[in-house]
Amino acid sequence: MTLVAGFAAVVLLILITWKVLAGARLSWDTFGVGFITATTWNPNTAVFGAGVFIFGTALTSFFALLVAGPIAIAIALFLTELAPAWIRSPVGALVEMLASVPSVVLGLWGILVMGPWVVSTLSPVLGTLLGWTPFFDGKQSVGSSQLSAVLILTIMVVPIVSSICRELFTNVPAELKEGALALGATRWEMIRGVVFPYARAGIAAALVLGLGRAVGEAIAVTQVIGGGTNISFNLFATGDTLGSKIASSYSSAGTDLERSSLVYLAVLLLVFSLIVNVAAQFIVRRVARRQQGRT
Amino acid sequence: MSTRVEPPYSLGSERLRRRKAVNVVMEVMATLAALLAVAVLVIVVVSVLKKGIGAINLDFFTQTTTSSFGFGGPTSSGIANAIVGSLVIVFFAVLMALPVGILAAIFLNEFASPRLRAPLQLALDVLNGIPAIVIGIFVFVLLVIGSGQSALKASFALAILMLPLVARSTQEVLALVPDSLREASLALGAAKWRTTLSIVLPQAVGGIITGATLATARIAGETAPLLFTSSLVTNDVNWSPTHPLMTMPYFIFYASESADPTLQEQAWATALVLIAFVLVASTIARYLGLRSRRRRTGKR
Repeated sequence: MTLVAGFAAVVLLILITWKVLAGARLSWDTFGVGFITATTWNPNTAVFGAGVFIFGTALTSFFALLVAGPIAIAIALFLTELAPAWIRSPVGALVEMLASVPSVVLGLWGILVMGPWVVSTLSPVLGTLLGWTPFFDGKQSVGSSQLSAVLILTIMVVPIVSSICRELFTNVPAELKEGALALGATRWEMIRGVVFPYARAGIAAALVLGLGRAVGEAIAVTQVIGGGTNISFNLFATGDTLGSKIASSYSSAGTDLERSSLVYLAVLLLVFSLIVNVAAQFIVRRVARRQQGRT
Repeated sequence: MSTRVEPPYSLGSERLRRRKAVNVVMEVMATLAALLAVAVLVIVVVSVLKKGIGAINLDFFTQTTTSSFGFGGPTSSGIANAIVGSLVIVFFAVLMALPVGILAAIFLNEFASPRLRAPLQLALDVLNGIPAIVIGIFVFVLLVIGSGQSALKASFALAILMLPLVARSTQEVLALVPDSLREASLALGAAKWRTTLSIVLPQAVGGIITGATLATARIAGETAPLLFTSSLVTNDVNWSPTHPLMTMPYFIFYASESADPTLQEQAWATALVLIAFVLVASTIARYLGLRSRRRRTGKR
């Protein structure tokens, strides 16, 4: 009986892959591989392509990770190396609690509270400071934008990455840290010279898992990204991601071909998340094996 | 790595100051990062509290969402049907995921050979990483096309999300049960299954409940799978799992896209109920988990 349950995950994975592929069959037969790069999504002419959404996913996830990565690592450092013991567990619990806020609530907050703030405060500042890059062109006039999506994704990714990093940093052998400090290194030099090299592979895995989370999030992104139909590097513009397109268009999909094309988008997400997770688990396992060998 | 030999003293004070300055800057930045994360949590919770509390009264829990939901301009007076729908769907999801997840963890930790264990563990971890929306699409293709939506199908989708969470937390607890107990039981002639059932599980039950509660809180707020399985809903309170039911997350999702201020306030209030449930449940679970772990390690 336990054996059957043990294989449940395997069976589900196979079933998920098979069924989702089957659902995308019609769209695959119609558009083939070209679907991935085609940038038109027009239900009226029955022409569908994933290009815009793949671009939007890549852009928002990239920036979310760019912001969230350093913040998450810094939080993990604070919780393992800096904070006095009595502060560690409550602050750690609060950071993890951020991960348990339902994404739909975060999206609600994102559109009704954060959106107006981004328009009035953040976007003018970013526009002035970073207006010379293609990413912050002009200013944002409505609350929904790719920038809002980046911020919401950042909030979702930070707790995940930081809780993994926290565990990694805790596992750095104390004698290595103490050795560095005894040689006269400052705390930061000890972190750079001992903690980071020791945890490097694990940090990479944590970032990869964070990326997987950012790419796969659909609901909160749907709520704040605004459903743009063009490829734009400008974060102040609206956009759409694979997940948000599925979530926002599913109920209005009128034809079998459109529905099948939405499933095709899910196939792309599925393939990506399989690759990301297998890669991250592979890194994690290698690190674990290496560390077991040490002790 | 300069090869020039410097007089250590004069150089030291100059460089030392810089090194210490860098150190302080980095420490301040790390502290700020932690403060920022806590601040964001506080801001989100306070906004939900402030905007939601006004709409919370007895009617909010006893009345249903009103008018033609989904067909323009509805004003709702309560979310009784959404609460009931969430309860029904989450209940059946837990019913499906809990036994399978616990049994899977027992198999992996107690029975599986190492060769078999590695790929099964990988499958579980990979399943955990599949986006909720993809699970929703999967259940849509598998069960909904042709035969329509229902709460049970939504439960099934949520159960898939819950399975790896339950399995993982159960595994962690099982790993904490000392091997000496297992060996003592086996040495007394008890069969493997007897040992698992009478020795290992009683030791682990507290932790398993903690993990299950955290997982339940997690899936109760999940929206993406519900879009495909339980979104064509009505306004009446309905306990039947064979119908698509209104849920709290779906109501928030729907109402957040609306420009109607009444509906928005309802959404905030629903978010407040949902977030209170999630945070209270996970705080209690964490606290109990901590206590049972402490007791166990203290006893040893």
